[in-house]
Amino acid sequence: MLRDITLGQYYPADSKIHALDPRTKLFGTLLFIISVFSFEGVIGFVAITVFLFWVIHMSKVPLNFMLRGLKAIMILLIIAGMFNLFLTPGQPLVTIWKISITREGLRNAIMMTIRMVYLIMGSSVMTLTTTPNQLTDGLEKALHPLNKINVPVHEIAMMMSIALRFIPILIEETDKIMKAQMARGADFESGGLIKKAKNMVPLLVPLFVSAFRRANDLALAMEARCYVGGDGRTKMMPLVYTQIDRVGYAVVIGYFILLMVIKAVL
Amino acid sequence: MGIIEAKNLVHEYIIRDEEGNVESIQTALDHMDLKVEPGQFIAVLGHNGSGKSTFAKHINALLTPTEGTLIVDGMDASDEDNTYAIRQTAGMVFQNPDNQIIASVVQEDVGFGPENIGVPTDEIWERVERSLKSVGMWKYREHSPNKLSGGQKQRVAIAGVMAMEPKCIILDEPTAMLDPDGRKEVLAAVHTLNREKGVTIILITHYMEEVVDADYVYVMDQGKVVMEGNPRGIFSQVDTLQEHRLDVPQITLLAHELQRAGLPLADGILTREELIDALERIVKGR
Repeated sequence: MLRDITLGQYYPADSKIHALDPRTKLFGTLLFIISVFSFEGVIGFVAITVFLFWVIHMSKVPLNFMLRGLKAIMILLIIAGMFNLFLTPGQPLVTIWKISITREGLRNAIMMTIRMVYLIMGSSVMTLTTTPNQLTDGLEKALHPLNKINVPVHEIAMMMSIALRFIPILIEETDKIMKAQMARGADFESGGLIKKAKNMVPLLVPLFVSAFRRANDLALAMEARCYVGGDGRTKMMPLVYTQIDRVGYAVVIGYFILLMVIKAVL
Repeated sequence: MGIIEAKNLVHEYIIRDEEGNVESIQTALDHMDLKVEPGQFIAVLGHNGSGKSTFAKHINALLTPTEGTLIVDGMDASDEDNTYAIRQTAGMVFQNPDNQIIASVVQEDVGFGPENIGVPTDEIWERVERSLKSVGMWKYREHSPNKLSGGQKQRVAIAGVMAMEPKCIILDEPTAMLDPDGRKEVLAAVHTLNREKGVTIILITHYMEEVVDADYVYVMDQGKVVMEGNPRGIFSQVDTLQEHRLDVPQITLLAHELQRAGLPLADGILTREELIDALERIVKGR
């Protein structure tokens, strides 16, 4: 279960999407998310689907890699879908006892699910084709103006990239602790939701302790390598826009305008 | 002049209770003296809690001396202005390979140090290439560190330090979490750096086998240097070593026991070949 989370897992490949500047990809992802949440109707939906799958195809990341990320949020999707389905007031379609499914509810549930799925897939395209370091570099540079109002942009970016680096390590560790506890008779499978949550305590405590220990070690290692924050640092891969980014921006903005036009016309 | 000189070095850990009152003082380094010449391969031995890690952190200015002086390449480690210059001169490799790799791609991690000290971009790439090649990890430059073995990760960590072009590398139990193969890999890489690039190596360990090829060995116990000398000299004193709770290499121990049982063997046999030679000579002599 835990291994299915693809967020923050770089998939190396040689593609046009990989070659884009992270700022381009961030901007593109942002526009894509806005478009996903503002579209209406079948034509808009088709346009978004075509665009998304075209980008996925371009990125050369296997589709099932993207879909794996969805498994982790399946439960969330189902719950959100259910709420929309049953709790939206409106014109009833089917009524079973006191619960009724309304036309609006059905519509909302479908839209909601599609939006969530596309949101995850869209952002996975970005995280799968950009190394976390590039990603945070992009964020750092894009948000640099905030430095003037005392937002520690570099530090936040650094924290994010470290968090991303440690996700797989902590997952592996969780697995290990889980197995160790199971070997001594701990039970993570049976019981109700509350009992299950309670059973997680012997898992979380050692995990936290070890995370703090790792953080301590890492801070020491960073200090030993002369890390003193963002000032006076040079970049191994400075971000420079190239031709491909201009094309990227043009494509994304073109796509967005097209969707807005579709929305306005219909 | 030595690259590292410790004189009367003292370090105390002050343990405070919740109100901030001093509860107890633990002396981790107790008037320690040591001198390392440039280009040497030095080993510091000691069991857990002997103060060897505390000493390592001093050379990198992660800790500062409570008393006494420590000079690293002519710079006084007590002076805060020297901290970053010292960290560039004396790089440090830690025990846990996972907890010292910062980036998610091998080459980006190696570039982290040079980035911090403000090396221009082109030169960072040259340094990354050079240092990854020097530890034989160049072909893994695009890999994620999570997919490497322990020994490979540790070699990446060494490359990360090498990229800062230090004169000296301190390795604080670099092999403690590795399997025997990884251990061999890492030691081979360290020896190559020492031989070919002339980097001074200070290897901190409690594995005796790793010390055999060192130029000079210091044995620490309770924050003091209790023995020093070349490996052969150190290992010929099996009983003293055991007093300091250190195990001697199996071959040396075997030779020692045979000697005790009455065989005329020399002191301080370090390798299997030496022992075989010596035994053959005895057999032929009869």
